[in-house]
Amino acid sequence: MMPTTLSPLVRELRAALGPGQVLSEPSDLVPYECDAFTVERHVPRAVVFPRSTEEVVQVVRLCGRHGASVVPRGAGTSLAGGCLPRGEAVVVMLTRMKSVLEVNLRDRYAVVEAGVPNLALSRALAGTGFHFAPDPSSQTASTLGGNAATNAGGPHTLKYGVTVNHVLGLEAVLGDGSVLRVGPVADPGQFDWIGLLVGSEGTLAILTKLWVRLTPDPADYRTLRVVFNTVDDATGAVSDIIAQGIIPAAMELMDRGIIAAVEEAFHFGFPLDAEAILVIEIDGLTAGLDAQGRRIAEICRKWNAREILHAADAGQREALWQCRKMAVGAVGRLSPSYIIQDGVVPRTKLPHILRRIAQIGQAHGVRIVNVAHAGDGNVHPILLFDERDAREVERVHAASRELLAECIACGGSVTAEHGIGVEKLPFMSQLFAPADLAAMRRVRHAFDPSGCLNPGKLVPEGETRDG
Amino acid sequence: MNPSPDNAKRASNGRGPADAVDYELFLHCVHCGLCTSSCPTFTELGDENDGPRGRIHLMRAVADGRLEAEGPLRRHLELCLDCRACETACPSGVHYGRLVEPFRMAMETQHRGLLGRFDWFREIVLFRLFPYAGRLRLALTPVVWAQRLGVWGLIERLGLLKLVPGRMGEMVSLLPPPVSGGPRLPKFLPAKGRRRAKVAFFVGCVADAMFRHTHWATLRVLQENGCDIVIPDGQGCCGAIHYHAADSDGARREADANVAAFDLDDVDAIVVNHAGCGAMMKEYGLHWQDAQQPRRQAFADKVRDVNEFLDALGLVPPPGAIELVVTYHDACHLGHAQKITEPPRRLLAQIPGLVVKDLPETEICCGSAGTYNLNEPGMARRLGDRKLENVVRTGARIVLASNAGCLLQILREIHEHREPLVAMHPMDLLDLSYRSEQPTLPEAKGL
Ligand SMILES: Cc1cc2nc3c(=O)[nH]c(=O)nc-3n(C[C@H](O)[C@H](O)[C@H](O)COP(=O)(O)OP(=O)(O)OC[C@H]3O[C@@H](n4cnc5c(N)ncnc54)[C@H](O)[C@@H]3O)c2cc1C
Ligand code: SF4
Ligand code: SF4
Repeated sequence: MMPTTLSPLVRELRAALGPGQVLSEPSDLVPYECDAFTVERHVPRAVVFPRSTEEVVQVVRLCGRHGASVVPRGAGTSLAGGCLPRGEAVVVMLTRMKSVLEVNLRDRYAVVEAGVPNLALSRALAGTGFHFAPDPSSQTASTLGGNAATNAGGPHTLKYGVTVNHVLGLEAVLGDGSVLRVGPVADPGQFDWIGLLVGSEGTLAILTKLWVRLTPDPADYRTLRVVFNTVDDATGAVSDIIAQGIIPAAMELMDRGIIAAVEEAFHFGFPLDAEAILVIEIDGLTAGLDAQGRRIAEICRKWNAREILHAADAGQREALWQCRKMAVGAVGRLSPSYIIQDGVVPRTKLPHILRRIAQIGQAHGVRIVNVAHAGDGNVHPILLFDERDAREVERVHAASRELLAECIACGGSVTAEHGIGVEKLPFMSQLFAPADLAAMRRVRHAFDPSGCLNPGKLVPEGETRDG
Repeated sequence: MNPSPDNAKRASNGRGPADAVDYELFLHCVHCGLCTSSCPTFTELGDENDGPRGRIHLMRAVADGRLEAEGPLRRHLELCLDCRACETACPSGVHYGRLVEPFRMAMETQHRGLLGRFDWFREIVLFRLFPYAGRLRLALTPVVWAQRLGVWGLIERLGLLKLVPGRMGEMVSLLPPPVSGGPRLPKFLPAKGRRRAKVAFFVGCVADAMFRHTHWATLRVLQENGCDIVIPDGQGCCGAIHYHAADSDGARREADANVAAFDLDDVDAIVVNHAGCGAMMKEYGLHWQDAQQPRRQAFADKVRDVNEFLDALGLVPPPGAIELVVTYHDACHLGHAQKITEPPRRLLAQIPGLVVKDLPETEICCGSAGTYNLNEPGMARRLGDRKLENVVRTGARIVLASNAGCLLQILREIHEHREPLVAMHPMDLLDLSYRSEQPTLPEAKGL
C-alpha cells in the first residue's frame, strides 16, 4: 500500500512545509475525495496544511511547476463539489490558518485568517455588541475563507446582505504565486477586486486573510413561528409581507417533509400535520417592533395561518433558529443520501415553483422536501435517495435538472448561495451567452495563467483551453 | 490502493474491523461536515482524518474493502477521544460511538493478534489494578505517604517523576494532591427528614480510590434530599476501563457482576456520581446481545446520574452562602453521551451567592477521556492546556466537573501551571453549602 518512493512534487512539498504539513499516504487521502457533495469523487495526490500566506505561495508555485492543480478547501461543507479534486490535484487545507488576528470595535472590523470557522469569530465577538452578519446554516463548521469564496448567504441575508457586503479587504495568492492585498480602506481608484474575488470559488485566488465588517447587534428582535395548512398560503403571506413594505431580518419556510425531520431531531413541538411553517424575524429598535409584529401576524392570519407563536425569550428564539439551521443536516434521518438544490426565483414565483417541485418529484418518483429562504425567493428542494441504488440516483439527477431548468424559465437562477462548483457547471451555458463565458475565461486566465487553481469549477472550460 | 479485506478478516477469525460495525449505521452520515468543528482533534489538527466525518469515511472504506485498518488509518482512529461531541453536533443523529467503539475493538484485537505481544500496562495496570479500588489504594500508598510527609514536592521539584517512563509516568503525574478520603462507605445511610426516595449508590473503582471524599459528599447531599441509600456489596468496576481498552469480555463480566449485585425492585434509581461510569452503565443493554441482555437493559434503565436524579427529584435548597465565581465544565460522558447539561447548572444555581460563569468551549473535551490521557499524552496535554486557558479566562476560582477523569486531568493542569484554582465535583460544593462551610482555595496569583 505504501508508496515506496515519494513523487518529486510530494518530496518538494514536504521539504518546503515540513513533513507534518503534507499528507501523501493513500489511506490519508481518501477522506478528501469529496466534500458535502458526494456524488462525484476523486482521490487527490496530496493534501497540504500551510500555516501562513508564504507557505500558500510556496505550494502554489510548486504545484504550478509540476503541473498539478490546486484545490483550496476550508471546512469542506460545499454542497456543489467545490472541493472535488480533479486530475493530479493537491488539496490545500486552510484549517491550520485559524487565528482571529485583530478585533477592532472602534473601526468595526476584524482581521481573520481564512481557516477561522464562522462560529469561532462569533464566539470571539460574544459580548462585544457586534457580530459578523452572514450566517449560513453551516456556520458552526464552515470557514470564513469558504464563506467568502462562495459568497455565502443565510437566513439574515434578506436584510443584511451576503458575504460580499461584509468583506472590507483581503489577502490572496494568485495562480502564479503572487500575493494580492486589497483594502481594508476603499480605494475608488481601483477595480472592485473584492467583488471579483468573493464568490470566485477558489478559481481566481486562494484567500488567506480577510478584513470583515462587524455589524452592531440589533437592539431588539421579535421571532415568530407561523403554521399554515397549505404551502400556497405560506408563500402568499411572504409576498404580501414584503409588498406591504416590511423587510424582516429573515423569513424562512419549511415544508411538511422537513418538519418531520427537524421535529425528530430537536423536539421543538412543531405540528407534524402542518404543510408549511414560516420562521419570521424582525429586528431593530424596540419601539415599533411589537406593532410591526402585529402587522405581520395580521397578514399571516389573512392567509389562513392556523397558529402564530411569538418566541417568548432568547432561549426559545435560539431553539427556533437551531431547528431551522440544522434542518438540512437533519435530513439524514429521512434517507441515507440527499442532494440539496439551490434554486432562486422572483419572490412572486414562489408558489408556482414549489408546486412545480412537487409535481417534478412525483413524475420522477423522487421524494423531495423543502426549506427556503422565502424572503429572497431562494428555494432549497432536498431530493432524497439511496446512493447504492444507481437507478434512483439517475432519477434524482433528472429531477434536479428539470427543476433547475424550471427556475431558469421563471427568470431565476440555479444557485443563490451554494455556488456552481462542479454540480452546476452544465447549467452555465444555459445561463450565460458564449461571449459572457469567454469573458469569464479571460478573467480567469489573467488571475491564473497556468490554469492550476481549482480547474473544472465555476467556469466551464472552453473549446480551446486558455493557458 | 490494494483492497484485501480478506486478510483482515482472516486475521481475527472472521470478525475483523471490516464487519464489526452494523453497516446501516454508516448510512445515517450524509457527509455534511457540520460535526467537524465540534471535534477536539479536528480543531487541534485541522485534518479530516482526525475529524468525525473523515473517521466515518475511513471506517466505511474499510468496511467496503477499499482500505485496511492499519498504519496511519489506525492512528487516526486511536487518536479519537470517543468524547462524542460529534454526536451532539450531528443533526442527522449519527451514532458515532456505536461505530467507533466496535470498530476499534475489532481493530485492536486483530492488531494484538498480529503482534502477539504482551502489553503489561494494559494487562496489569489497567485490568488488574484500576478496576479494584482496594488494590489501587494500596498501590498508591507510597505516594500518599510521600505526600503526607511532604517529600512529594521535593520529588517533583527534583524532576524525579520525569524518570518514570511512558504511560506509568503520565499516570503518576495525574495523581491528585492529597485529600483525606474518609472511612469506608457503609451499607446503608438513612434519609434526613421526610423520606422522598430510596436509591442504590454505585461506588466504582478509580472514583472510590481517588475521590472517596466526593462519594461522602454525594451521600450527604442525597441524605439532605430525603434519600435512603443502600450501597450493595458485590458491585465493582462499571466495565468502562475494559471496554475502552478493547476487552469486551472483561467489560461484560464487570457488567454482569453489577447487574447481580443490585436489587432493582428495592430502589427507585441506581445513582452514580461520575459521568464515565454512568454513561457505560446506561449502555449495558446495547453492547452484548445474549440471554442476559434484558436484565442488563433493566439495570441500565434505572441508572441516573446524581445531577439528573436530584434535578428531577427537586433539590432541597442548600442554605449556606458561597460567594464565589465558579465555572462548570461539561464532562463529555455527561454532556455528549448522556445529554445532561442543564441539571447540574440548575443545581448549582441554587447555592446562595454563587456566580456560575459560562465556560468558553465547555463542550470540548479536556483530554482525559477515560484512559486516553495515558495512551495519547501528546493530544491529551494539548487539550488540557486549551481547557485550562478557557477556565482562566472566566476568572473563576473553582472549576466544577462531574467526572473523575476530568477532575484528575484538570487538577494536573492547575498544578503544573500553578493556577490559583481548584477543581471539584458539583456534589462537593453542594455538600459544603448544606453544611454552611466554605471551600479551601489557594491564594490568588500576585496578591
Ligand atoms: C448543512 C449545510 C447547510 C448549508 N447552508 C448554507 C447556507 O445557508 N448558505 C450558504 O451560502 N451555504 C450553505 N451551505 C454551503 C456551504 O456551507 C457554504 O458554501 C460555505 O460557505 C462553505 O464554506 P467551507 O469552509 O466549508 O468551504 P469549502 O466547502 O471547503 O469550500 C467551498 C468552495 O470554496 C473554495 N474555498 C474554500 N476556502 C477557500 C479559500 N480560503 N480561498 C479560496 N477558495 C476557497 C473551495 O475550493 C470550494 O470551491 C451549507 C452546507 C451544508 C452542508
Ligand atoms: S456525522 Fe453527522 S454531522 Fe458529521 S458529516 Fe456525518 S451527518 Fe454530518
Ligand atoms: S468522538 Fe470526539 S474525538 Fe472522536 S470524532 Fe467524535 S468529536 Fe472527534
